[in-house]
Amino acid sequence: MTNPLRDPDDRRIPRVAGPSGLVIFGVTGDLARKKVMPAIYDLANRGLLPPGFALVGFARRDWVDQDFAKIVHDSVKEFARTEFREEVWEQLVSGIRFVAGDLNSDESYDTLKKVVEELDVTRGTRGNHAFYLSIPPGLFPTVIQQLKRSGLAESDADAWRRVVIEKPFGHDLASAQELNRVVGEVFPSGSVFRIDHYLGKETVQNMLAIRFANSLYEPIWNSNFVDHVQITMAEDIGIGGRAGYYDGIGAARDVIQNHLLQLLALTAMEEPTSFQADSVRLEKEKVLRAVVLPRDIEKHSARGQYAPGWQGGVEVKGYLQEDGIDPASTTETYAAIRVDIDNRRWAGVPFYLRAGKRLGRRVTEVAVVFKRAPHLPFSATATKELSNNAVVFRIQPDEGLTVRFGSKVPGTALEVRDVNMDFAYGAAFTEDSPEAYERLILDVLLGDPPLFPRHEEIELQWNILDPILNKWAQKGQPEQYDSGGWGPQSAIDMLARDGRMWRRP
Amino acid sequence: MILLENTQASSVTAAIEGERARMGSPAVSMVLTLIVITDELHQADALAAASLAAREHPMRIIALIARPGREEARLDVQIAVGGDEGPGEIIICRLHGPVSKHAGSVAIPLLLPDTPVVAWWPGDSPENPSLDPIGIHAQRRITDTNASSSYVEQLGVRLANYAPGDTDIAWTRTTPWRSILAAALDQPVGRVTSATVFVQARVPSGLLLAGWLQKRLKVPTHVVHAKDPGISKVVLTTTKGEVVLTRPDGRVAQLEIPRAPIAAVALPRRTLAEQIAEELRRLDADEIYLQALQGVAKVIHDAHGIDGIGLKKSAEK
Repeated sequence: MTNPLRDPDDRRIPRVAGPSGLVIFGVTGDLARKKVMPAIYDLANRGLLPPGFALVGFARRDWVDQDFAKIVHDSVKEFARTEFREEVWEQLVSGIRFVAGDLNSDESYDTLKKVVEELDVTRGTRGNHAFYLSIPPGLFPTVIQQLKRSGLAESDADAWRRVVIEKPFGHDLASAQELNRVVGEVFPSGSVFRIDHYLGKETVQNMLAIRFANSLYEPIWNSNFVDHVQITMAEDIGIGGRAGYYDGIGAARDVIQNHLLQLLALTAMEEPTSFQADSVRLEKEKVLRAVVLPRDIEKHSARGQYAPGWQGGVEVKGYLQEDGIDPASTTETYAAIRVDIDNRRWAGVPFYLRAGKRLGRRVTEVAVVFKRAPHLPFSATATKELSNNAVVFRIQPDEGLTVRFGSKVPGTALEVRDVNMDFAYGAAFTEDSPEAYERLILDVLLGDPPLFPRHEEIELQWNILDPILNKWAQKGQPEQYDSGGWGPQSAIDMLARDGRMWRRP
Repeated sequence: MILLENTQASSVTAAIEGERARMGSPAVSMVLTLIVITDELHQADALAAASLAAREHPMRIIALIARPGREEARLDVQIAVGGDEGPGEIIICRLHGPVSKHAGSVAIPLLLPDTPVVAWWPGDSPENPSLDPIGIHAQRRITDTNASSSYVEQLGVRLANYAPGDTDIAWTRTTPWRSILAAALDQPVGRVTSATVFVQARVPSGLLLAGWLQKRLKVPTHVVHAKDPGISKVVLTTTKGEVVLTRPDGRVAQLEIPRAPIAAVALPRRTLAEQIAEELRRLDADEIYLQALQGVAKVIHDAHGIDGIGLKKSAEK
């Protein structure tokens, strides 16, 4: 039966998640504290969670419900995007539970099952529960199997159970397939939500709007006009306290495999037949399948490690000097690769992807760089300062769009120089521009999958990266690069070989 | 802040351009022009709300403050570009004497080119906003029935003169209620057989909420006057029991639905800035608002004894 109070024309009424609960494994982790819990509060504050929403924490701590509630409270106070309102908190706190237990122990899961069943009665969650695995991927098999054994993975026909996992989705193709097998044995693919928080960002969704809602860009979005594409994710910080996670993973696995290849797919894909999850994924998969690597990987890739130095006026350690890092580590903190896309639209247009830590500033962007005009009816001196036109999607920070083009410099001499035109939409305050995690958690509760990568995409992405990683593995330690700069010399050389230059983002 | 006394629109435009050039920020990415038609009494609150909303919707805000009287014709303007007030621009125009009758001539040269225009009357609003000399330039026209003492008649007038693009802050106020009620009916609560809205006297939002329920559910819908602030309770009687949403204190509400535990829901009263920001999110026709206005005529008004026929009459006047 349709709900008479809902009408597609009534766009003031938001989609509110139905009765449900979220169980978080690994509540003491940074991600849970800084992102997941604040996002849940922000959703509640915006009225998007169901009245009886339940939040269950599971960890090996000697806590009771109140202790966990205090952790959530502190995290919300510190990290939530929206204003703290006592009444919203009261609503949330009455649904908070904690299960003290061990990830390996049958007993703990049986307790969890009782808690979940209790919530169905006292909070009216109606058997709908999502399990958020904010734990190292090595523990996934244990937890997933336990969810199956205890019966937590099953629900009545009209209720649902979903599982949410975070990157890394494996460390190469084989491990990604294994992970998928483990999860897939217990949860059907429609119930598995892989979070790539980049895909929840407003600007990333805006890329689709800008490409497919306008007539301005699509006609020139091809190899006739585009010279090349640069996708950059730069961080100004080092590895911080994440030595254990980062060493052995590196920039390519950490960032290029997931975020940057997803951005590539969104930039390069054909127009989907609709914005239904399946149609968008189909196009993304098609373009990822068409990605080819350079024959000589060595010449067309670069990697580096940040050296000790100064970054933004602060003295910083080099990667090999960081606590917990083996001085002989071969893990790269900077990675740049070139890929090409073998289809009619993109033949001959290289896509350059780079990611690194301790670079000049924190920025993520997709720059589509156009060919120069075929003929310039000016003297050579007049266009000396004119470079290629560009359309830049600024993903973070300062989300927006930049268009770079040439303009005459005022004065009697005819001189053309690059200028930028910026569009920035809104500021951090806006209640309507949610944090990526809010959007994604809400989509999990609503069962709306368009923004989550499917395992086929993940595997295609590993397929692209594996040969590069294998090549790199034979090459010993990466080149050192200056902290606070824009990466190693080999990255500059790699583009110079193609007659191009990196943008300074 | 720039002050221009006894000026004209072209000087205002020149002053804004000069200020932008001085700040070295020629890039303008404002998404709309908001014209606030107000008086000295309402202008401070309205502009504070509008400049907060400008953080979500970077815009040019033009306040037109009429100062009719026997003074000579004079236009005084204050301009604030960027800075602490928000990312947009605020232009406050005081229209003295005869100029107050020609507000359109002041506003037209100041509209941003080729972007939407929204008109907002925080206080008294014209009988027919879409034919108003300012409203005619706007694709979205926001009135505020709450501010009027004769709100029942006012809603009738709104319906009689409705044009696509009209909307009302009294309607905006109902969104959180509507949102929770719609979510409640996503649950298996049965078919609704009647609806009742409890609302403080002289609060048109309650009537609009009842009108919307009536129109959507097509069941007998009552309005009962209550002492608690604003809208305080909605009861939907269904074939399986009752859906009851109560908010006695204006902040925390309780939702009761058949065969489920009672749940607390946050339903705080929102600020004017939040309401204006909501209004600016959509600039197309709000057909659901029209439906609610139509439904108002069929609402059974328990306390006043005003029924559908009484309302219709006032609408026809």
